[in-house]
Amino acid sequence: MKVLVPVKRVIDANIKVRVKADNSGVETANVKMAMNPFCEIAVEEAVRMKEAGTVEEVIAVTAGPSQCQESLRTALAMGADRAIMIETDEVLEPLGVAKLLKAVVDNEGPGMVIMGKQAIDGDNNQTGQMLSALLGWSQGAFTSKIEVAGDSVNIVREVDAGLQSLTLKMPAVVTVDLRLNEPRYASLPNIMKAKKKPMDTTTPADLGVDITPRVNVISVGEPPAREAGVIVPDVATLVDKLRNEAKVIS
Amino acid sequence: MDFGLNDEHRMIVESVRSFVEEELYPHEEEVEATDHARPELIEQIKQKSLEMGFYAANMPESLGGGGLDTVSLTLLERELGRASFALQYAVARPSNILQACTGDQIENYLLPTIRGEKVDCLAMTEPGAGSDVRSMKCKAEKDGDDYVINGIKHFISHADVADYVILFAATGEEETPRGPKKLITTFLVDMGTPGFEVKTGYKSVSHRGYHNSVLEFDNCRVPASQVLGEADHGFDVANEWLGATRLSVAAMCVGRAQRAFEIATEWAATRVQFGKPIGKNQGVSFKLADMAIDIEAAELLTLKAAWKLDQGTAVDQDFAMAKVAATEMLARVSDEAIQILGGMGLMADLPLERIWRDARVERIWDGTSEIQRHIISRSLLRPFES
Repeated sequence: MKVLVPVKRVIDANIKVRVKADNSGVETANVKMAMNPFCEIAVEEAVRMKEAGTVEEVIAVTAGPSQCQESLRTALAMGADRAIMIETDEVLEPLGVAKLLKAVVDNEGPGMVIMGKQAIDGDNNQTGQMLSALLGWSQGAFTSKIEVAGDSVNIVREVDAGLQSLTLKMPAVVTVDLRLNEPRYASLPNIMKAKKKPMDTTTPADLGVDITPRVNVISVGEPPAREAGVIVPDVATLVDKLRNEAKVIS
Repeated sequence: MDFGLNDEHRMIVESVRSFVEEELYPHEEEVEATDHARPELIEQIKQKSLEMGFYAANMPESLGGGGLDTVSLTLLERELGRASFALQYAVARPSNILQACTGDQIENYLLPTIRGEKVDCLAMTEPGAGSDVRSMKCKAEKDGDDYVINGIKHFISHADVADYVILFAATGEEETPRGPKKLITTFLVDMGTPGFEVKTGYKSVSHRGYHNSVLEFDNCRVPASQVLGEADHGFDVANEWLGATRLSVAAMCVGRAQRAFEIATEWAATRVQFGKPIGKNQGVSFKLADMAIDIEAAELLTLKAAWKLDQGTAVDQDFAMAKVAATEMLARVSDEAIQILGGMGLMADLPLERIWRDARVERIWDGTSEIQRHIISRSLLRPFES
């Protein structure tokens, strides 16, 4: 079985994000970028499945400007076999990305797509779900356990009420949560090998996908600063304020 | 010109940084407190670094090493340099001079050292021969097919944990236009060879847990097959292989300075006195600016020297400039970092006082700042000499 692992290059999780002065988006110039942490977990899982013998080939894919190759190289150094770069400088929305990924799935014929549940930049949490809908495949989001068993895959999902165990029919799109695994850092020999692994480049036009944005971003701003709290003298005052000022209890 | 790191460089930095933070940082306090790096701990780090392929990263791939180019290696050294010296040393980069091994020496010394089965150390300095290394008194006299070694070496780093020493000893004298000069030969001498003793060295202000030793040779007999390179040409072997060790000193200083700088910057941004973060005062913020310039300049010199070595255009003064700049920068940056933290900077709860102490040796070993300046100025004035 082939596994496709979409990855995204985002602002490094340790960087404090700043809004651009013209409120058109966030500042990315001269900012450290890295692979989205959830995507790292997805790559790690796919590579572990390959090491365990349940998967023959791991293909990493990304879409975006040419610098996004960085994330593909990281995926290759972690153990992916080859990579596909969908190059575009256009703004990408989850639906556009899902359509691009569908086109790649149609070309490559993987048995499974494993991807991050969301990217830490837009926090959209949509692409995996949209992709499974476009493909008509089973869907398992927020997984903390993935076990392939013949024609199906047993997963555990992290949901509000606790853990939900499901069996999905293959093929399936599975999105991964934080506790699935701890991604490795690439070893030196694998870093050296990564540059010799194949990377194909394509474009949305080549794939026949229209990625025109459907959403118009009006303005991007900082969240409002939190106002300073007050110290209340006793519980009675606290209850009174919660009831009459904050109106969170009745 | 291209100052950017390629994907490979970037991934090496990310991997080594994660390794340093996860495998080395957690043990730093223990090493500082005990002045001892437990053998089990060193073994654990060594095994992990073997798994990650960081061990012997300086050695060619064909010999089982990492096969890194000098820029990649310099970045690796920079990242390892962030951690306690005694711990990062467990990720050994065997002396490049071992690549001069021939015949049985390859299987007996070079390869086992790259595989992590043997540890090398290098002995040049003597009580009476520091910067003037050619004045060494330790001598090896030919006796049939053997050499008989007599003399004392001191300040020999990690000889206490090494399996053999790469020893420089005088094997005669030659007449030169500037008077007689000693001929030097390099030997591989196993620990435990009769007549060779390793004694506890001095207690140093820098690098706790990483010790120096005194080596005593008293009629120590070694066969001629233990000569590394050509007899009487020990300095040629050294010059061919040891120039770049100054680059690794420079790179480690840059990494250590960056760590100190990060601590100082965070402190300046968050420590509130007189109702505002202390970094809002120019007395503190301009210090940070100067430190940033200082680190950047030293890093550029270091990476440029590394890049030149890869291009085959590096000369001795490139390494000398990088070493002077980075080691002296570390002294300033670690001192200012402590000044920004004030009292807290002096406390062993943070790595700053260690970085400050460890900085001191860097301007001395692998050629003092003065020797490096001598190398640089000599090359400047030489064209004017008749």
